[in-house]
Amino acid sequence: MDFYTFVTLADATIRNAMPLLLACLAGLFSERAGIFDIGLEGKMLAAAFLAAAVAFVTGSAWIGLLAGIGISVFLSLIHGLASITFRGNQLISGVAINFLAAGLTVVVAEGWFAQGGRTPSLSGAARFEGIDLPGALGTVREKIQASPLMQIYSEFISGHSILVYIGLLTVPLTWWVLFRTRFGLRLRAVGENPASVDTAGVSVVRMRYSAVIIAGVLCGIAGAYLSTAVQANFTKDMTANRGFIALAALIFAKWRPWQALGACLLFGLFFAIDTRFQNIQVGAVWIIAALLVAAAGLIHYGLRREIVDKLVMGGLAAVFAVLALLVWGNAAGAEGAGLFGGLTETIKIPSQLIQSLPYVLVVVVLAGFVGKAIPPRAGGQPYVKER
Amino acid sequence: MSGMPKWADVVLVPLVSLLLAGIISILVFVAVGQNPWEALQQMVEGAFGSSNNIGYTLFYATNFTFTGLAVAVAFHGALFNIGGEGQALLGGLGVAVACLVIPWPHWSLALVAAVAMSAAFGALWVSVPAYLQARRGSHIVITTIMFNGMASGLLIYMLNNVLRPEGAMQVASDVFPQATHIPSLNDIAQAFGSNAFGTSPANITLFLAIAACVGVWALIWRTRLGYEIRAFGKSQPAARYAGIDATRITMIALLISGGLAGMMAVNNTLGANTPQLVDNAAGGAGFIGIAVALMGRNHPVGIALAALLFGALFQGGSELASDTNVPVQIVIVIQALVVMFTGALDNMVRKPLEGLFAQVRRGARSEA
Repeated sequence: MDFYTFVTLADATIRNAMPLLLACLAGLFSERAGIFDIGLEGKMLAAAFLAAAVAFVTGSAWIGLLAGIGISVFLSLIHGLASITFRGNQLISGVAINFLAAGLTVVVAEGWFAQGGRTPSLSGAARFEGIDLPGALGTVREKIQASPLMQIYSEFISGHSILVYIGLLTVPLTWWVLFRTRFGLRLRAVGENPASVDTAGVSVVRMRYSAVIIAGVLCGIAGAYLSTAVQANFTKDMTANRGFIALAALIFAKWRPWQALGACLLFGLFFAIDTRFQNIQVGAVWIIAALLVAAAGLIHYGLRREIVDKLVMGGLAAVFAVLALLVWGNAAGAEGAGLFGGLTETIKIPSQLIQSLPYVLVVVVLAGFVGKAIPPRAGGQPYVKER
Repeated sequence: MSGMPKWADVVLVPLVSLLLAGIISILVFVAVGQNPWEALQQMVEGAFGSSNNIGYTLFYATNFTFTGLAVAVAFHGALFNIGGEGQALLGGLGVAVACLVIPWPHWSLALVAAVAMSAAFGALWVSVPAYLQARRGSHIVITTIMFNGMASGLLIYMLNNVLRPEGAMQVASDVFPQATHIPSLNDIAQAFGSNAFGTSPANITLFLAIAACVGVWALIWRTRLGYEIRAFGKSQPAARYAGIDATRITMIALLISGGLAGMMAVNNTLGANTPQLVDNAAGGAGFIGIAVALMGRNHPVGIALAALLFGALFQGGSELASDTNVPVQIVIVIQALVVMFTGALDNMVRKPLEGLFAQVRRGARSEA
């Protein structure tokens, strides 16, 4: 892999990470204030649609962005109404918002533009185009021949839309707001122990509403980025589970902003690798070894515990062992490989496995075997003022 | 405790929620330039207008009964199994394996195997999230969402690389052998000389769904295990104090839930007009189960009725989509509104009603 490939991969990582990052920080604000938010996906989707639709009608990407933020904040307020004012189930409210967005975007898009649930293509000022920083090289040919530093500058640093730079700035901003301001202290306190905040004379309801509104703004930018910067129109279900992967990143980052950036970059890298390399080969022996080590680890953990642990861990270990056998069988079946020759063969990693990696990682993290993720203590509980 | 008579809690609250969802749906119809009254007529016509349409309504209702029961069993234990979709996908894989690997001599044997395999695959798919919830305290909602993502990846991989017959264009498994095809309701009707269900795929799995309703009712309200699940759902500390094993109840409730979600696949895989496993086989039914369970107040009778309602919505919405420019996603909108009003905004609907009943009661007392 030459250096330029590496730089383009890093560039694609940033682009893929950005909507995840914005949604992840949205979730961070909301959950730090004690409001679970599994409606990130829906808010992003609604924003993606309205941003593209309004940008098309007005011809201005900025007005589109505002519209996207508007609809996302509106959905946030519904979530706030359900979970703060009426003390309903925050998870169910999030589920409802996801469906509402998935259904309404297509119904309204069809009624508005009649193009099969998509919006017309955007061009010119209706779209956030990449910004070429001064001195950046334009063509691929120039970039390949340039010095490594120039390659990094032209491909990786320059050429993104303004939303990417804004997105990156939100990370230090989030950190500063949460950990260096009075507002942030109160916001975190409301997510840990709302009664203490209430006792101090600060309105829990107002703090929580502020948090969900901030989450709405960030999801709005994320959605607008997808439909007016990455792509040039809205298509049905275009968020493609990014809201859930952002949630995964949030847990992976243990509800901290800088770590959220790291997690989103990691998951963005998975996306980039998946689109860049269609055919990733790994030596069969390594896969088999990894599966067997995992199986052994599970058995080791389960054996010393209760019957349910033995059953589940034993079952999982068996699944891993069978997978290892299948991989070996597959490799050995290759032409002229033979049983042991098969170990030296390489196996193509399925694209679906790479796409599933964020989900797998989150389950591993949630399982608490590798650095336990502890959510804000008052998360998911409606606050009832004492009488 | 509640300020309302039982009938109001069971019937009135869901109906008011449905009414609110209906009003907003009307606004949506108006917004996209569709006459709501005409749309409603078309949807009712589409759901019940012909024997064929009724058959489709029942076919979808069968799916939603299974997934609704799955969500409800977990809800009784205060567990939110949002992974019905993934468990149903895995259930489909179980059905495909059962029907493609063994050459069954008769459909009844194939049906038994398909039911067993789909339930087993669904339960296995929830076993890891269930275990992590029970033993490691990992939130079941997050883990089942993640398992939904993995399930769709796994299914696409299996269809593309393992189950797809060589040279086939469609991303789907082979059609199951003729001997495994289970009778459709129309096959039964034809035995009596009628053509009551047309060419619809409604099949004998419907009776299985009804049996599952009875089974869940008996389990939850007539067995010791059901009592333990409900007690655990009401108050975990109290249940623990009463000697109920939290790990055991969490695991069992979720395994039953996953099994029920998996069994849905028998209907829409083995029972489909072309019995084969296709991509995205669950088609969102796992999620509709959430609306069905909420609407049906977690009771099998309510779930069966709510499933019928959503079956009619789904079929009516499909017909509406083919006749007008309102896409089928209108059903998702209505489903979302029902979930919102019956689930998350329950207090908004309930509190004013409770106040109303309290007032009426006070009025009656002062007159007496």
